[in-house]
Amino acid sequence: MTQESEALCFHFDVDGNNFVSAGEASVQVKKLLRQMGFTPDLIRRVSIAMYEGEINMVIHAGGGVADICVEPNKVCVTLTDKGKGIENIELAMQEGFSTAPENIRALGFGAGMGLPNMKRYADNMEIDSKVGVGTTINMEFFVNEA
Amino acid sequence: MKLSQIVTVIDGKVLSGNEYLDKEVTMACGSDMMSDVLAFAMDRGALLTGLVNPQVIRTALMMDMCCIIFVRGKMPTKEMIELAKDSRIAMLVTDEGMFETCGKLYAAGLGKKS
Repeated sequence: MTQESEALCFHFDVDGNNFVSAGEASVQVKKLLRQMGFTPDLIRRVSIAMYEGEINMVIHAGGGVADICVEPNKVCVTLTDKGKGIENIELAMQEGFSTAPENIRALGFGAGMGLPNMKRYADNMEIDSKVGVGTTINMEFFVNEA
Repeated sequence: MKLSQIVTVIDGKVLSGNEYLDKEVTMACGSDMMSDVLAFAMDRGALLTGLVNPQVIRTALMMDMCCIIFVRGKMPTKEMIELAKDSRIAMLVTDEGMFETCGKLYAAGLGKKS
């Protein structure tokens, strides 16, 4: 984890070879957001969406990187991998659609809920994917004033 | 329902989190698919599962759940128990299956809208 002092951005490497440690970056982000005093609802939305993204990168892309930028009115999460890319994004966004192998399902994932869950919890989500090149997902979460 | 009452209802064994037995649990979710659990946010919930791996604890942590119940006598590893302690999540195990455990808790009033 590295921290740039001015922009409050955090960078994490997501190890693609270790399913056991998958999600550790999201746990770190959850702790950081808690320390910064955000509401439990915002923290939960950011950390669940990032966790799903992290798991996706481990299952499908051999890992990747996660960049989190915290601004006064929003939190941005960018997940970038150099994996095989998503062939049909529209199809991948459907609940229940999954290309995850059977061994991943046995671990409790690959139900075809990852991307739909990320969209459910983010206020904005953009997917940029090229087959054979990789995928970048940008998510924005707005800080709602209570 | 208090966590201590859950332990009694399911005849459970506390593997970690004895200090949280006084905590109030409001809802529960029974699933072996973690992504299905992650689809519906719930506060102060209990996660019932037959799946045993560290992602169960991370899923519960992300959802701000306060308790994990392993059904069918499934035992987590020492590392998982440590992870649950660090995450301040109580961990229980019961010999009963998922269906029976969910049924008992529901019948006892857990998750019912008052």
